[in-house]
Amino acid sequence: MIDTDFDVIVVGAGPAGSAAALTAARAGARVALLERGPFPGAKNMFGGVVYGRILDSLIPGWYDEMPVQRWITRRSTMMLAGDRSFTVDFRAGEWGRAPYNGATVYRADFDAWLAQHATDAGATLVCDTVVTGLLTESGRVVGVRTDRSEGELRAPMVIACDGVNTFLAKEAGIAGDTSPGNYTLGVKETLSIPRDVLEARFGVRGIDGVDIEVVGSTGDVPGGGFIYTNLDTVAVGVVLRLPELATVQRRPEDILAEFKAHDAVATLVEGGEITEFSAHLIPEGGRDAMGELGCDGMLVAGDAAALCLAAGIWLEGVNFAIGSGAVAGRVAARAARSNTPGTALGEYRGELEANFVLADHTKLRGAPHLILGERMQQRYPEIMCDIAQGMFTVDNPTPKPGLSKIARKALRRHKVRFRDLARDGREIWRSFG
Amino acid sequence: MTDDAHTEYPPVSFTDRMDTVEFRVGERAHITVDGDSCQGCTTQACVTACPANLFVPRADGGIVFNYEQCFECGTCYMVCNTEGAITWTYPDGGQGVVFRKA
Repeated sequence: MIDTDFDVIVVGAGPAGSAAALTAARAGARVALLERGPFPGAKNMFGGVVYGRILDSLIPGWYDEMPVQRWITRRSTMMLAGDRSFTVDFRAGEWGRAPYNGATVYRADFDAWLAQHATDAGATLVCDTVVTGLLTESGRVVGVRTDRSEGELRAPMVIACDGVNTFLAKEAGIAGDTSPGNYTLGVKETLSIPRDVLEARFGVRGIDGVDIEVVGSTGDVPGGGFIYTNLDTVAVGVVLRLPELATVQRRPEDILAEFKAHDAVATLVEGGEITEFSAHLIPEGGRDAMGELGCDGMLVAGDAAALCLAAGIWLEGVNFAIGSGAVAGRVAARAARSNTPGTALGEYRGELEANFVLADHTKLRGAPHLILGERMQQRYPEIMCDIAQGMFTVDNPTPKPGLSKIARKALRRHKVRFRDLARDGREIWRSFG
Repeated sequence: MTDDAHTEYPPVSFTDRMDTVEFRVGERAHITVDGDSCQGCTTQACVTACPANLFVPRADGGIVFNYEQCFECGTCYMVCNTEGAITWTYPDGGQGVVFRKA
């Protein structure tokens, strides 16, 4: 047994780290929660929406206290092609009432709130502290080095929740495929728009809000766009796959500006003054890009473990961070207490396989390739817009064409063969069916 | 797109855009760029990909880098294809970018 002041060291007070610290502390472990920013959330950025179901068991009644911007009651998926747009829009009043579905938040508020729950449970939060490396003994992680004076901290278990760049998983040699193709850059503007104007534009009342995901909005760079309503701001941004961003010679804010200039977007966000510009990487490689979820003495959770579901109609990360962190904290506390750090990884992986965290990633393992593929990015938005335009254009005195004729013509025009369509259809069914 | 849509947008200079972000600038440069090893680089992907636009090409083909308004996102070292050109660490504790509405 290592003689230490702590049983579990959690690196990073984002959603994964705070969830880990919370469950470990509740299980009776002495927990250090280390954060490199001046407060939890300071370094973090997302779209974004938090889906709350994962909080039901962790923080009962969370929706009465979580710092919410707006409750999402409308979900739209939009395809852009030239100056056209094709949108599927869904509204559910039920999502605006307890127990709710998802909410927009500012990470500075949300992450600090979740970290507060961890400290309330007994975890010790230490901000302004960078973990610079791992302490290891005979191949086992036994603590961390920090940038504080006499900054070595030892514990039977370390949980690495150090985000998408995870230097800890990389140092331990357990990060997965970290090549640029498995990452996107998200850039976002938070635009100030008066509440009444925002609510009129987005068709919501009170603190109901809208989540719009967009495909076909990033030119030659595979990715997507998003628009989320906060209380009196709108978050608008694009995510851009790194290898193409690296070669296309266009700046991220220019791609975002072009997205914002599309009539379907401009009418929602125009006039909004930038109150904050932000950027962050997103691990989008999915199941096949993941590495090990830990090693002897260490578990990895959240973005650090590439647990992020970027599957087009589903864009989720915070819930996977909380889901994995919560399990990691419980498992680590148990392993520290029984002095069996060697068994923690197997238990952790087993529990994640059995719940949504790895099950969803496994089911959707083909989604990143499909969503960021050339057909989904470039051709299907054009085809959907062609079909809609063909159906809705009144072309008298020519008789109305049938849907199948319009669709065949659209496929031919955009050089999509039935074979490709069938293959993508099978993958869509396998992933989403 | 209509002309109106354009006029509704006040053009935002990149300086004004970055001025919306809080940076607690530390004394230590957390990222260093060996500008000389960039001289042979034909892509210089960092120059266009860095969302904070911190990489500036030199006349001699190298690159000048300023760490002060860095988002700490990691894009630069991810897209860099010259081994050892970018040395990347986080700023010291409490320093660097502070997001409020992200």
